[in-house]
Amino acid sequence: MSNNIYAIELENITKTFGSVVANKNINLNVKQGEILALLGENGSGKTTLMNMLSGIYKPDSGTIKVNGVPVTIHSPEDSKKYGIGMVHQHFKLVDVFTAADNIWMGAQNAGLILKNDRYEKIAEISNKFGFEFNPRKVVSNMSVSEKQTLEILRVLYYGANVIILDEPTAVLTVQEIRKLFDVLRRMKEEGHSIIIITHKLNEVMEISDRVTILRKGEYIDTVNTSETNEQELTDLMVGHKVNLNIERVETSFDRPLLEIRNLTIKNDEGSKAIDDVNFYIRGGEILGVAGIAGCGQKELCEAIAGLRKIEDGQIIHKGENIVGLTPKAIIEKGISMSFIPEDRLGMGLAPSLSITDNMMLKNYNQGKSIFVDRDKARNKAQELIDRLGIVTPSTETPVRRLSGGNVQKVLVGREIDAGPNVIITAYPVRGLDINSSYAIYDILNEQKKDGVGILFVGEDLDVMLALCDKIMVLCHGKLMGVVHAHKATKEELGLMMTGAKDISEVNGKVAGIAKDSLIADSKEASDE
Amino acid sequence: MNVFVNFLFVIVKNNIALLYGTVGEIVTEKSGSLNLGVEGTMAIGAIGGVLIGCKSGSLLVGILASFFFAALCGLFFAFMTVTLQANQNVTGLTITTFGLGMYYFIGNAFKNAGKWPTNNVVDSLNGMKPIEIPLLSKIPVIGKAFFSQNIFVYLGIIIAVVIWWYLKYTKPGLRIRAIGENPASADAVGVNITLYKYVHLMLGSGIMGIGGLLMALTLSGSFEGSKCWIDGFGWISIALVIFANWNTLLAIIGTLVFGLFNTLKVYGSTLADFYPKVFGWLNKIPPQFMQALPFIITAVVLVVSSISKRKTDEPAAIGRNYYREER
Repeated sequence: MSNNIYAIELENITKTFGSVVANKNINLNVKQGEILALLGENGSGKTTLMNMLSGIYKPDSGTIKVNGVPVTIHSPEDSKKYGIGMVHQHFKLVDVFTAADNIWMGAQNAGLILKNDRYEKIAEISNKFGFEFNPRKVVSNMSVSEKQTLEILRVLYYGANVIILDEPTAVLTVQEIRKLFDVLRRMKEEGHSIIIITHKLNEVMEISDRVTILRKGEYIDTVNTSETNEQELTDLMVGHKVNLNIERVETSFDRPLLEIRNLTIKNDEGSKAIDDVNFYIRGGEILGVAGIAGCGQKELCEAIAGLRKIEDGQIIHKGENIVGLTPKAIIEKGISMSFIPEDRLGMGLAPSLSITDNMMLKNYNQGKSIFVDRDKARNKAQELIDRLGIVTPSTETPVRRLSGGNVQKVLVGREIDAGPNVIITAYPVRGLDINSSYAIYDILNEQKKDGVGILFVGEDLDVMLALCDKIMVLCHGKLMGVVHAHKATKEELGLMMTGAKDISEVNGKVAGIAKDSLIADSKEASDE
Repeated sequence: MNVFVNFLFVIVKNNIALLYGTVGEIVTEKSGSLNLGVEGTMAIGAIGGVLIGCKSGSLLVGILASFFFAALCGLFFAFMTVTLQANQNVTGLTITTFGLGMYYFIGNAFKNAGKWPTNNVVDSLNGMKPIEIPLLSKIPVIGKAFFSQNIFVYLGIIIAVVIWWYLKYTKPGLRIRAIGENPASADAVGVNITLYKYVHLMLGSGIMGIGGLLMALTLSGSFEGSKCWIDGFGWISIALVIFANWNTLLAIIGTLVFGLFNTLKVYGSTLADFYPKVFGWLNKIPPQFMQALPFIITAVVLVVSSISKRKTDEPAAIGRNYYREER
């Protein structure tokens, strides 16, 4: 096949989920034997786009061409037929099977009866591609890197010509990344086309021939890697500064309300989600948390709310260590947490219950009687509806029937109703339109005026720069530094988010430790 | 015939239907579906098999008919849970309720019309005469208990062994296990999940149905308007799946263990009378307790397997429907 034919061409691909547009008129092409990086922030639609190549989703409109021929991909089976293989971010492996069986279960040429020579056949293939690999090893005993190797080997075994890797380096160590890149280069030399989804700029620069950039579901540009630099890519990825006119309320700051020292938290997989992080929030201050998705934001919120065990460090609320308290005790101290997960209804609210019932979920046990006080809760719900302009037929409508913005107003409204002094809120405007977003910002600003300390975990850097007083940046669980929002630029934040800039320790001064800390050094020493 | 040997013989003969229910449910669960409709599926298979089998006068036709009607229950389950994504537990319970309802409805309709095939049942029962396996049936005690049984006993064990081999050593078996463990992974490598689920849910239900026919014939195929032939065996089968750790070979042993308790409740006093020294204590146990024993054992097995830390072979994706575009 000559090099001027594209292995894959996507033309005007659009995909929507309900009212959310995940991909809008996207164009992308990959030449034979090249490595294309697909770059974009979280939520920019990279994975959705690639899932349309792998047959998981079907595009609403647009054309997919393989080797110049328009095709329709209905299922992963079709995708395999067209020589497309995808290594998903969350590995699609059967844990209780051996490596060989994981490959064998989709192999076309495998006979009806499983014979022991399948192990030798797989070993043969893996040697051919230069992997060191034990085909008899069971997946549950494999390291992350081994699992990834198995996934790559699998798509190669199925004869894939186009290989898509979704965030392949997110879970690997530096050495493993180097090994992976060697493999990718070798595959490229053999004429495979590779699409690598990533948001790490240094890796883009190192491995790719061209870069296609998406932002918020839209196609931005495709550039040759050799003709660009990290700064330009950051600009393309995060976009230019937009004036949002979000008011930053000036308040006088109090002493630190919540102080975090040397906090280390492990994620569900047992690796460090938050690694030795320091920061503090004062009363009347909004501290933004910026970072690529999955950099420990969720674990951090859960740890402060008492929902997740911490490995090491202190969480000091008004000078008192709250590590090890129950979530209820932490709520009673006035710390409220609201986390809007990607599916938005997943945490905090019971979707089938009414607004009234959801209001009661957090304070049902305050009354003296064994019966819940529905009237009071109904009044509260009505109050919330009036104050926040929640659009709902009644206080008794199940929450899942409300639109996303109104659901989030209910959640945030309930959290502030308890009169907290610290609010942890993660992605409170996720998926909301402009007006609903502003309503949420207003709620937060109001609380700020009342002297509440707010930790705002956000996605949109423009919003964070406008709303927050300070912004702390996380990169793979490590604190990259804390900057004043009115002095910082988006580009600076972008570099910090990708780990290209680290100002967590400047001239021996560690970021995130208050001058007037309530933690006495002696106490800190005795605690450790 | 020696009473003790006869006791062993009855354990096997009267409880082998459990093996069909258990093996059928293992096939179902290995494909990632929890079908609670075993009782109803067996009832449908039983009445369909008896009516058609007696009409035709052929045991083979009866077995095929019981398989067919029970497989229709599996088809319904597959349509509801795979195509329409309905809740598996509710669908299974629906099948049980519906199956028992149809059993009484059809049975009473035939009986009241005087068309219940009592005479022809005998012909079918002829097919249930013991078949002595040469040499093996001459082994003392065990030969009589295991190797001079009716066709259903041999068929059940053959099915259990074949299914074990199929799941473990064939590519479709590998794929169905992959679907039961992680449907997304099977989907990603191009396995047609819908097709595989339909086929195996129908296969599993069909096997249960043969067990239902066996129970009907064991009770001479006579229909009583108040009591169902299946009598809780479907539910015990579901528990036996856990007892057998999703392994159809272990299901044979599980069937015999449960069969032992099941048989004790009707045979206990006979044993006690004939061997007062060894089994005399059986007479001291209240009959009500003996009646309840299989169900008590079922509950104990469930509790023990739930609190046991040992890793079971339970399919990881059991009970959850798979929808590809789920986010």
